[in-house]
Amino acid sequence: MRDLNESEIERYSRHIILQDIGVEGQERICAGKVLVIGAGGLGSPVLYYLAAAGVGEIGIADGDEVDLSNLQRQILHTEADIGRAKTASAVEKLSAVNSNVKFNVYHEFLTAENILGIVKDYDFIIDGTDSFSSKFLINDACVLAKKPFSHGGILRFSGQTMTINPFQSACYACVFDAPPPSGSVPSCSQAGILGSVAGMLGVIQATEALKFLSGAGAPLYNAILSFDALTMTFRKALLKRNPRCRICGSGGISGLSDYEQKVCDL
Amino acid sequence: MNLLINGEKKTFADGINIAQLLKVEDVESPDMVSVQFNGEFLKRHEYDAAYPKDNDEVNFLYFMGGG
Repeated sequence: MRDLNESEIERYSRHIILQDIGVEGQERICAGKVLVIGAGGLGSPVLYYLAAAGVGEIGIADGDEVDLSNLQRQILHTEADIGRAKTASAVEKLSAVNSNVKFNVYHEFLTAENILGIVKDYDFIIDGTDSFSSKFLINDACVLAKKPFSHGGILRFSGQTMTINPFQSACYACVFDAPPPSGSVPSCSQAGILGSVAGMLGVIQATEALKFLSGAGAPLYNAILSFDALTMTFRKALLKRNPRCRICGSGGISGLSDYEQKVCDL
Repeated sequence: MNLLINGEKKTFADGINIAQLLKVEDVESPDMVSVQFNGEFLKRHEYDAAYPKDNDEVNFLYFMGGG
């Protein structure tokens, strides 16, 4: 890990002054590598804060293009970006925020074929995807690769998140087992999502990544935090690893396969 | 009997099972939730045979697939 230079010490001074972060914590952030999967509603705030915080290397994976109906919540993208690859649009804005960050772009949807090869290069992964098939695939890949990650999901006025340290804390499949049958749970495009709710949850995920890299505090392991913005109620349900878990339990997985569910067309 | 449902204390008739509890609590479809009963996650086929007792804790955790 390299020392911070003078300009970085000034730039990150409000981090460095925090007792739980300090110079060493900021150096760890600057040496950190985070992969953000999905540059949409969750990925937008996550990416802005990680870039601003000076995370050394940020991977951005998204195979999608910007659509007019994205702009209500996907704050990385502007009217001028409609039709552009979300990854290209994201890198343009984020490079303007912090030119010291190295951005790695994956303009593709992650599958059982390619995900492990990408995940392996990162310290922490953030799930900002919009389908159960992707969320379960990311969980399975991170468990197989033993990579800590943040799960996030949003719907209407609600959000939920858990941070997962494979084989040490409960994984997504410990709680939810498998994707719900197609059509039983509405997607954002069917049910709607308040734009700022994506921001609320994404910012929690970014905070978990920065805590993880810097070593500050305790990650949201063995717990699922959910909130309802209509009543502004937050609740943390405590979890433990599920010995019967299909993915990280005793009979766990040894390889990946894709989940068959149509991607939610946000 | 009293049960702690998602952290909230509620009163129910004695002898109710988890499948019936889902109905009483207006969970439209069991496919939408994962049920945590005193810390353990139940599989869907176990809902009929799971009978909470006074002061037991049940969490309904909803699927949220958006991003």
